[in-house]
Amino acid sequence: MPAGGERPVVLRLAGITKRFGKLVANDAIDLELRAGEVMALLGENGAGKTTLMSILFGHYVADAGEVAVADAAGRLEPLPAGSPGAALARGVGMVHQHFTLADNLSVLENITLGTEPLWRWRRRSGEARRLLDRLARDAGLEVPLDVRVGSLSVGQQQRVEILKALYRGARILILDEPTAVLTPQETDALFATLRRLAAQGMAVIFISHKLGEVMALSERVAVLRGGRKVAELATAATDRETLAETMVGRKVATPKREPMSPGAPLVELRGVSARLPGRTALERADLTVHAHQIVGIAGVSGNGQQALSAVLAGLVAPAEGELRLAGGAWPGADPTALTSAGIGRIPEDRHLEGVVGDMTAAENLALEDYAGQECQRWGILRGQAVRARAERLIAGFDVRGGGPDHLTRLLSGGNMQKLILARVLERDPRFILANQPTRGLDIGAVTYVHDRLLEARRRGAGVLLISEELEELLTLADRIAVIYRGRLSAPIPTESLTVRELGLMMAGQSRHAA
Amino acid sequence: MRLEPRTEIGPLVRVAAPVCAVLAAFLLCALPLALAGADPLAAYGRILSGSLGSGFALTETLSRATPLILTGLAAAVAFRARLWNIGAEGQLYAGALAAVAVGSGALAAPSWLLVPLVLLAGAAAGALLMLGPAWLKLRLNVDEVVTTLLLNFIMLLFVGMMLEGPMQDPMSLGWPQSAPMIDEATLPRLWARTRVHAGLLVALLAGLAIWFYVHRTTWGFELRAVGANPSAARFAGMKVRGVMLRTALISGALAGLAGVGEVAGLKGYLTQDLSPGYGYAGIVVAMLAQLDARGVVVAALFIASVFVGADSMSRALGISSYIADLIVATSLLTMLIAGFLVRFRIRP
Repeated sequence: MPAGGERPVVLRLAGITKRFGKLVANDAIDLELRAGEVMALLGENGAGKTTLMSILFGHYVADAGEVAVADAAGRLEPLPAGSPGAALARGVGMVHQHFTLADNLSVLENITLGTEPLWRWRRRSGEARRLLDRLARDAGLEVPLDVRVGSLSVGQQQRVEILKALYRGARILILDEPTAVLTPQETDALFATLRRLAAQGMAVIFISHKLGEVMALSERVAVLRGGRKVAELATAATDRETLAETMVGRKVATPKREPMSPGAPLVELRGVSARLPGRTALERADLTVHAHQIVGIAGVSGNGQQALSAVLAGLVAPAEGELRLAGGAWPGADPTALTSAGIGRIPEDRHLEGVVGDMTAAENLALEDYAGQECQRWGILRGQAVRARAERLIAGFDVRGGGPDHLTRLLSGGNMQKLILARVLERDPRFILANQPTRGLDIGAVTYVHDRLLEARRRGAGVLLISEELEELLTLADRIAVIYRGRLSAPIPTESLTVRELGLMMAGQSRHAA
Repeated sequence: MRLEPRTEIGPLVRVAAPVCAVLAAFLLCALPLALAGADPLAAYGRILSGSLGSGFALTETLSRATPLILTGLAAAVAFRARLWNIGAEGQLYAGALAAVAVGSGALAAPSWLLVPLVLLAGAAAGALLMLGPAWLKLRLNVDEVVTTLLLNFIMLLFVGMMLEGPMQDPMSLGWPQSAPMIDEATLPRLWARTRVHAGLLVALLAGLAIWFYVHRTTWGFELRAVGANPSAARFAGMKVRGVMLRTALISGALAGLAGVGEVAGLKGYLTQDLSPGYGYAGIVVAMLAQLDARGVVVAALFIASVFVGADSMSRALGISSYIADLIVATSLLTMLIAGFLVRFRIRP
């Protein structure tokens, strides 16, 4: 591979600035990308990574600054602002975090969608097929062309997205958090593809907040923090700790799980099956969570986690099997009964199930407690008490960005999660269901959530932690069970597990085959 | 051009938005007025004086606002829970029918007993009519917009059947109208020689009660949570169906009360043209009020004054009073646009 300096610059961002109201999302960012190079764009949530790439791709118009992309002859020409069409035409391809595919169309139709002239009365798929076969072979992206996209796995859908960009002649490929939905093995395959593409001259920008991936894949790292580019480093000349500190802007302490002997069994599942419309059902799961113990559930999203979580959150009754709470009867499929019985629940989707965005922070803090003696008398809300309670919790859980009367939807993800934590932990639960408790949070908030969960464990609570972040599971959980197509493996002590083993189990292989 | 959601929405904007929307509607309606050959300013002056300009005009506006407050509350409270009750018109007739059934001589009781009974019967009938659509929605997920809307026509035909059959006044010489309410069942007039009746007090009390209910009670807390995010409400342990059912019944009862007021306070007997679309106008009232109970009272007074004023303007200038419908319809549209502009900021 030629040295960096000899390869032509294919993309130059100069002084990109973008404001949303008072918030400066991008502040005079300069960036250069060369052909055949993989650059990581690293930053916490809200650092401005996606905004910057959206400007490059024409979804947003920058308030100041210029984007220049190399034309066919290799000369840098300014890119017209605000036009994804122009960006596509100049060879900029983007793979969004949430795929932009039509589930009901075939792979071929999805790829050619929008590239065909409107006034041709029949499609010429022959040429497209030949071209795609060649592109797929070159990039190592094997996808069946005539299958409906909806029936593909997430990893395959991502390959379709990349192929779509290649089909349109992309020479610059932007991937927004591409590994968020992949198993470790799928991630490896993606990285192999990206390296291969880069070797063929593709310039790749890879947006991520995961340090391991940045170290593994990129040649160069640009770190964004608070809308500014705070560093640009050669990956080989840096390390994870430096990158973490640069990204967060201070030293990061990883929480430590001190060894602790588990107490009495708290929650027991015996052959529990549960069905949830439109989701993978849970099939005869056996699981025990003890006091002083965190049990992790690993698995690729959509393998039955929702059904498991719905049962434990009291949203559905199990179709068969038995649940027990501290040796006694399970309160039933009734969230109110569960919370009264000392079960705290952190939902998977903060915005959908965790908070009512259009109600105030105080009201959301009372969402599970409004019927209690503290918040009401004779059905009439005690406004002062609700407020005072909210003020106490907001201070106690360090919720920033507004007081009790602040609308909850205006809070950042981290603060919203702290609000939910406050609501759950305020009741001092003996069992906590935490479903993806740190999804989309920045490192500071992640650490906070982890600390609180470990503290609950110390106090004697049992925690069931459902997560797609393997590092999180390996850090927090005493034991990890893997869920695959609705079946739950036996929990394995974390100390005896490796990431590779977990990955293979997440892909459906048994541990000993691994 | 792009839209950005506003992060803070101050109370001033919330009040200014409907005011600006209404002014814009008047501005827009100046064009058809001019086309009809009237001086828009003079016409608006007539509307103003005809609705608020004299004691008599004022009482007319108040009496017209009475049913609008109640149907407006019916829509506002239901819409809060995202229960789209378009059937206030039918529920109004159900209430009126019940009022006549109880209050036209079937029961003999003193006024202090019979008036509350009539009100109760009307409210119950309105709620009862809402029961079917609510049950269909909660059990079978049938769209309540369709069911409540269609029930309006069914109810109107049912009223017609009753008025030409079992409930027809034998003294009516064949006209499809009910027997008159007896004196003990009639809502008293608030001022002599005006048409303002005690129904206005009922409506204002209902406004106060609904505001308190929505904002100060645990049931109202559930109502707001379910309306704003049913998934989160369910996750938190609220019984979403129960909340919806409760809201449906309250909404129907409010519309039923509007019917009682018209029969027992104003007309004295039931005919098929009791309501000139108060049920539908209630939707406009609720939207103008941004579903706030206090706003409903103000919006109902506004719409009533447009209707009353337009009648007077029409008599004076010879222009069709349909202009009132036009103004009300336009202000609904401008209000919807204003509501959008309150939520979002447009950036070039």
